[in-house]
Amino acid sequence: MIFAVARTHFAKLKRDRAAFVLAFVVPVVFFSVFASIFRGSSSRATTRQISVVVVDEDRSANSARFVEALKREKGLRVLDTRSLPGGRTAPIADAAAAEAMVRSGDAPLALIVPRGFGSSPIRFGPSEGGPTLTVLADTSDPIAPQVFYGLLQKVAMTSMPDVMAETGIEQMDRWGGGLTAEQKATLQKNVDRLRRETRGAEPAAGGGGSDSDGGLVPVKVRDVLGEQKKNPTVAVFAAGLGVMFLLFSAAGAGGALIEEVESGTLDRILSTRVTMTQLLLGKLFYLSTVALAQLTVMFLWGEVFFGLELHRHVPGFLVMAVVTALSASAFGLVLAALSRTRMQLVALSNLLILVMSALGGSMFPRYLLSESVQKIGLVTLNAWAIDGFMKVFWRDEPLVALLPQVAFLLAAAVVLFSLARRLARRWEAA
Amino acid sequence: MAEALPLEITELHKSFGDRRALDGVSLTFAAGEILGLLGPNGAGKTTVVRSVVGRVRPDSGTVRVFGRPPDDPRSKAAVGYVTQEIALYPLLSPAENLAAFGRFQGLRGQPLEKAVGQSLQWTGLAERAKERTERLSGGMKRRLNIAAGTIHGPRLLLLDEPTVGVDPQSRERIYQMIEELRRGGVSLLYTTHYMEEAERLCDRIAIIDHGRIIALGTKEDLVRSTLGAKQTLTIETESPVPPALREALETRGGTVSDSTVHFSVTEPAREIPELLAAFRNDGVRIRDLALKTATLEAVFLQLTGRELRE
Repeated sequence: MIFAVARTHFAKLKRDRAAFVLAFVVPVVFFSVFASIFRGSSSRATTRQISVVVVDEDRSANSARFVEALKREKGLRVLDTRSLPGGRTAPIADAAAAEAMVRSGDAPLALIVPRGFGSSPIRFGPSEGGPTLTVLADTSDPIAPQVFYGLLQKVAMTSMPDVMAETGIEQMDRWGGGLTAEQKATLQKNVDRLRRETRGAEPAAGGGGSDSDGGLVPVKVRDVLGEQKKNPTVAVFAAGLGVMFLLFSAAGAGGALIEEVESGTLDRILSTRVTMTQLLLGKLFYLSTVALAQLTVMFLWGEVFFGLELHRHVPGFLVMAVVTALSASAFGLVLAALSRTRMQLVALSNLLILVMSALGGSMFPRYLLSESVQKIGLVTLNAWAIDGFMKVFWRDEPLVALLPQVAFLLAAAVVLFSLARRLARRWEAA
Repeated sequence: MAEALPLEITELHKSFGDRRALDGVSLTFAAGEILGLLGPNGAGKTTVVRSVVGRVRPDSGTVRVFGRPPDDPRSKAAVGYVTQEIALYPLLSPAENLAAFGRFQGLRGQPLEKAVGQSLQWTGLAERAKERTERLSGGMKRRLNIAAGTIHGPRLLLLDEPTVGVDPQSRERIYQMIEELRRGGVSLLYTTHYMEEAERLCDRIAIIDHGRIIALGTKEDLVRSTLGAKQTLTIETESPVPPALREALETRGGTVSDSTVHFSVTEPAREIPELLAAFRNDGVRIRDLALKTATLEAVFLQLTGRELRE
C-alpha cells in the first residue's frame, strides 16, 4: 500500500515535466549561486574592499605619508575626492562633507586625520593627550569599522617605522633617565636612514593588525547613523526579510490564477465583460493591497517589540511600501502566468525568490559580497527595496532621495506586469 | 427593422493541432427557442458553445449573437454561459459568488442586490446563502452554477451539459429552472449527451458528431426523416454475437455491438420471428428483447452506426 501511494506520486511528478526538471534544477542552481557568491571569501585577492572617505586636516608630511600608505593598502578603497556634475571631481573639503557622504551611504566609513596628527602620530599609552584619528562609521555594516581599525594600526606601523622609533626614543629619554647628546645624535642618524629607506616602500598587502583599544594610533570611532537609533540593526532585518516574504506571498497568491484555470472559473470570467487585462489588473490591485498590509503589520510589530521607529518615518515607509508591494505583486503574477501547475509555481518561485533574496541582500547584507556580485544584485527587486527602506529608516533621508529606488521599482512593476499580460495570452481565446 | 436572431452560426471550422473539432457547423435559432445540441463526448458540442462566448476563435466561419460578433460587449451582456465544470469560488458563499459574477457582467448597487436575491430564491438556496459554496451538495452547486450564468438576465443562455453528475431529483429541479427560463423568453442552447434531456426540453435538436451537424429538426422530424415509420427492436444475447451471425444481421440492416443488436423494423409481426430464427440457428441464446417506438437514440444509431454513449 505504501508503495502504491508513493508510486502514484512518482507518476504525477513524471507527468509534470517542468516540475520534475525544476525539482532537480532548483537545488543545483541554488547551490551554484551560493558557491559562486562565497567562493571569493576564502581567497584574499577577492576579499571585498572597504571604501573609506579620508579627510587630511593636518596636511603635514607625516599625515600625507599615512594617507598615501592607506591608499596603497589593498583592503581599502580610499576616496578623497567626490564627483561633481559634469564629470569633474573635487577634494572632500572637511569632516562635515565626509560625514554627509557616510550618512548618504556613499561609503560606510570616513577617516578624519586631525590637525597636529603628524607631530605625534604614534602613541605608546592611552593616557597620553594629543590629536586622535576619528572614524565616522555607518554601522549598518558592523564589520567594516572593526576591519578598518586593524588596518589603520598596521598601516601606521608599516608606513612610519621612523616615527615609531623616534617616539620610542623620546619615551626612553623621558622615562629612562635621559640620553646623552652623543647617543641622541647617533639615534637620530639611524632614524633618518630608516626614514629614507621606508619612504616609498609598500607595506605588506592584506588585513591584520590589532583591533584592541590600546593601538599605537589612537582612534575614536563614532557611529554617525546608529547613535540616535533605539535599535540600529532591526531596520536592516525588517527591510530584508519583509521584501523576501512579500515575494513569496505574492507568488503564492498569484497561484489563484492557476486554480481558476483548472476549475474553469477563468473561462467563465473571460466570457463575461471582464477582459484579461482587467482581470490581471484586478489581481495586481488585490495582491498589492495584501502586500502593503503585510509590510505594515510587520513594521508595526517591529515598532512595538523591537524599537523600529515607524512613527517617525511614516511618509517614507508608505512610499517604499507601495512601490515594493506593487513590484513584488507584479512579479508574483509573472510567476503564476509562467507556470502551468501549482508544482511548477512552487519550484519556480523557490528558485527565483531564494536567488534574488541571496543576491539582493534579504538573507545576508550585500556588503559581505564582492563588488561584482553586489553589482549583479542590483537587478533584483530586493536590493532596491532594501536600499530604499534603509534610506528611510537608517539614514533619515528625505522623500526626494528615494527617487532612484521608487523609479526602479515602479519601472519593474510596469515591465513585470506587461510580461505577465503577454504570458497570459495563452489563456485567451484558443 | 426586425431584431436579429439570437444566434447565427455559419460554416464554423476549428482544429486544435491535428484534431478537427468543428467541420463546418451551421446553426440558426429563433428567439425563445431551446435548441438541443446532442452528441457523444468529443463530438464538438463544447467547442460550439465556447465559440459563441468568444473563448474559441474559429479558423473560419462566423458567429453572430443578436447580429453582433461574440467579442462585442453588447453580445457579452446578452449571453449567459453555464460551464460544464462547476466554475465557482468554493470559499465564497452562494450570495458572494452570484454578486461576483453579477459585477463581472456590469451589475452594481440595487439592481445587483435584487438580482442576487432573485437568483437565490430561484435556485432554492436562499437559506444557505451565506454558507461556503464548497459545503453545498453537488446538486446545489449545479443550480448555483446555472444561476451564476443567468444573474445578469441574458437573452441567450448557453448551457454546457448542466446536469452532468447530478442525481435524478436534482436533475428534475434543474429541468424546472430551465422551463422557467424558457417561459421568461430566454433562448437556450443546451448541449447534452443525455437523449431524454434533449427529448424533454428542446424544441429542436441538432445532432453533432465528429464536428458536424448530421441532423437538425424537432424530435418527430428527426425520427420521421431518419427512420420513417419504423420501430426499434433491441435484442440482447447471453454471449457475444459470433462473426458469421453478425455479418448476416448487418446485411439485414442491423447494428451489432458485442451482445446487443438493434434493428429498425416496419413489420414487427413478420420480421421478429425471422430474426429469432437466425439467432436460434446459430445457437445464440437471447436474454432480452424490446420493441420501442423510435427514439433519438435510434436516430443517432441509424445516422452514425454508434450508440450515443459510446
